[in-house]
Amino acid sequence: MTQPAAPAPHWHGAGSVPAMMRQVLYALLPAAAAHVFFYGPGLLVNALVATLAALATEALALRWRGQPQRLFLSDGSAVVTAVLLAFCLPPLTPWWVTVTGAVFAVGVAKHLYGGLGLNIFNPAMAGFALLLLCFPAELTAWPPPRIGDLDYRTLSIGQTLFYVFSGRLLDGLVLDAVTRATPLELAKTGLAQMHTMSEIRSNPVFGDFGGAGWEWVGNFVTLGGGWLLYRGIIRWQIPAATLAGILLPALLFWLADPETHPSPLFQLWTGGTLLAAFFIATDPVSSPVTSRGQVIYGLGCGLLTFVIRAWGSFPDGVAFAVLLMNAAVPVIDRYTRPHIYGR
Amino acid sequence: MAEPSTAAPPAAWTYDPRPRRPDWGLYAPTLKLASMGHPIRQAPLPAEAVIPLGHARGSARPLVSPGDHVLTGQPVGSDAAAAVHASITGTVVAVEPRPVPGQAAMPCVVLRRTDPEHFWPDLAAADPARLAPEEIAAHIAAGGIVGLGGALFPTAVKLQPGRAIRALVINGAECEPWISCDEMLLRERAASVIRGTRIMMRALGTQRAVIAVEADMPEARVALADRLQAEADDHIGIAVVTAKYPAGGERQLIELLTGEQVPSGGLPRDIGYVCQNAGTAAAVADLFDTGRPLISRIVTVTGGAISAPGNFEARIGTPLADLVAAAGGYSVTAQRLLMGGPMMGIALADASLPVTRATNCLVAAAAGELAPPQPELPCIRCGECVQVCPARLLPNELLGALVRGDAAALAELGLADCIECGSCDYVCPSAIALTPRFAAARAAATSGTGR
Repeated sequence: MTQPAAPAPHWHGAGSVPAMMRQVLYALLPAAAAHVFFYGPGLLVNALVATLAALATEALALRWRGQPQRLFLSDGSAVVTAVLLAFCLPPLTPWWVTVTGAVFAVGVAKHLYGGLGLNIFNPAMAGFALLLLCFPAELTAWPPPRIGDLDYRTLSIGQTLFYVFSGRLLDGLVLDAVTRATPLELAKTGLAQMHTMSEIRSNPVFGDFGGAGWEWVGNFVTLGGGWLLYRGIIRWQIPAATLAGILLPALLFWLADPETHPSPLFQLWTGGTLLAAFFIATDPVSSPVTSRGQVIYGLGCGLLTFVIRAWGSFPDGVAFAVLLMNAAVPVIDRYTRPHIYGR
Repeated sequence: MAEPSTAAPPAAWTYDPRPRRPDWGLYAPTLKLASMGHPIRQAPLPAEAVIPLGHARGSARPLVSPGDHVLTGQPVGSDAAAAVHASITGTVVAVEPRPVPGQAAMPCVVLRRTDPEHFWPDLAAADPARLAPEEIAAHIAAGGIVGLGGALFPTAVKLQPGRAIRALVINGAECEPWISCDEMLLRERAASVIRGTRIMMRALGTQRAVIAVEADMPEARVALADRLQAEADDHIGIAVVTAKYPAGGERQLIELLTGEQVPSGGLPRDIGYVCQNAGTAAAVADLFDTGRPLISRIVTVTGGAISAPGNFEARIGTPLADLVAAAGGYSVTAQRLLMGGPMMGIALADASLPVTRATNCLVAAAAGELAPPQPELPCIRCGECVQVCPARLLPNELLGALVRGDAAALAELGLADCIECGSCDYVCPSAIALTPRFAAARAAATSGTGR
């Protein structure tokens, strides 16, 4: 009548890895919609290219490693890696750049370390960092956001596809005519040239606090992060600590001299700050397991992002900050073990 | 082992309605209401009773042989810690090992019922006030009382004098889903629980006791509070703990109530506390009030496959199938049978096994109530298991140490401190069977060192 005896426990909560990954993808939808609205359909093209490359790499790696393909291809983790990588790339990224990043993320950062659960480094950030180092020029092709009185030129899905796969633009356009420096780049170069923040911020790609348009993408990223918090997919420690880690030093320096240091709110609403806080640093595999460890890790991610932005040679520091803190996770875990009951 | 502290227990024990909320544990569906629609009902006397002789500390020596005729309440097994009594009037048909829930073979006395029922004439009420503490414990041992929470630990052993006891903790925090026998007992027989508590306080020589209930059992709390107020008893307090699993674990409960932790490998007694189940307290009261030894217990019969779930007072040895019949039989096919709850219960192959002194609940789950096991994925280090572990262990790292076979790491990570509550399995998104692995490793370690 009944199934054979099994050891306790006899039931299980609703959570599963595929369900978690699905929720992460759902939570990115509002931000993706805002991204497409402000920057054109490039994100969708990049996400599709990255997903196909990531899944193909995953399938090959699983086959070589003799792992069950159906089980692991359906866990959703490769798709999440690909979509997060796509979120970091400019809308106009040549396909081979995206494919390189996705293949490195899944093939090297994930499977060479043992596959799901065993990677030390966040695969999406490992892939993105490789691209930052290898193809810096290709990673600057951000169009100006469609907001305000910027000379925004709508690139259709056809034009975007043509550029991504051919490297050329239709209708006699050149890349320089459709792209603009990002606010973080402007701040970095402007401050290096002894301009004041007020002068730098007069450029129309700046919005109320951070980058025009990008502020709204950040708001929708935060909305998605709130959804993940509400659903219990992520916990508050890493996002809160990451934001605190970047905001507190930014506040100190900005209070000391607001003309030579971007404001804390600028730090918040530009680049990958919010995406990192809610979606990247919260990657369970590459972050600590204890609450205290997660706070330390988040603070480190935020602080290092600030340091790289302020004094490093890259405009944004999120990817390197997360990777550096990934490397510190085993040590953090070792020194934040909870006190065992009764010991 | 450190000498127990003699400091007084927390002062706010008289009646503290603020729930004590643990920062570990989990909220699972409690599913208790289904079995709480009726008062406790008497289960019919079984035609045949299979009475196990064993308890947590050993097994009673049988006093009867096949062919003997015994009366209800007559001793059939002799043991210094917990005697065993005939639960029905009838003829001994066998004294032999039989399967019981969780054990393939346990020495049992098998009785075939004869009517009418007669009670053993030697049963008599006893006045605890006239007995010395050691005599109370001896009487409880002769009455066959063991911990009714499911551990089968002889109650008299826990009541042995020796160390100074600061307070007795009565555990009514029934945190396993589906089980409602203690809550119904507290609602209906609060006076018995309180009387039994006083008797055990006298045996322990302590002036303080606290009865712990969960925040989702207000009726039980009110029944206890009313009774204590009516009796103007301010030695016994009531404490409320959040209905979070496993707040009712002995060690967890003591920490929630006192802020103190039972030492690793030690007993609550080592820090001056003794913990007894609420049902045990009621059984002690019955023993002294009427002379009736432990021949029955309350069993929750529930689950989606049961027609009319409820709580039944069943004689020990009653086949579980009789309880299913008493609860209206199966409404749909039972996919799984459990003795106990879904977190720590024992899966049963069928309902022919008897009610033992440890049987607090029978779950007959319908299709879909207990999800079939999912394929295991690798650990993704999400840390959910770390958040819920009531022993504050790192189940993810324990798993890694088990896979590596690293005995030193297992010891350092506290495998011995795992209480096998199943919380880590429940929350694991990779569906890793953690607790079964830990239980097997603990069993292997225990047998290996001959503990």
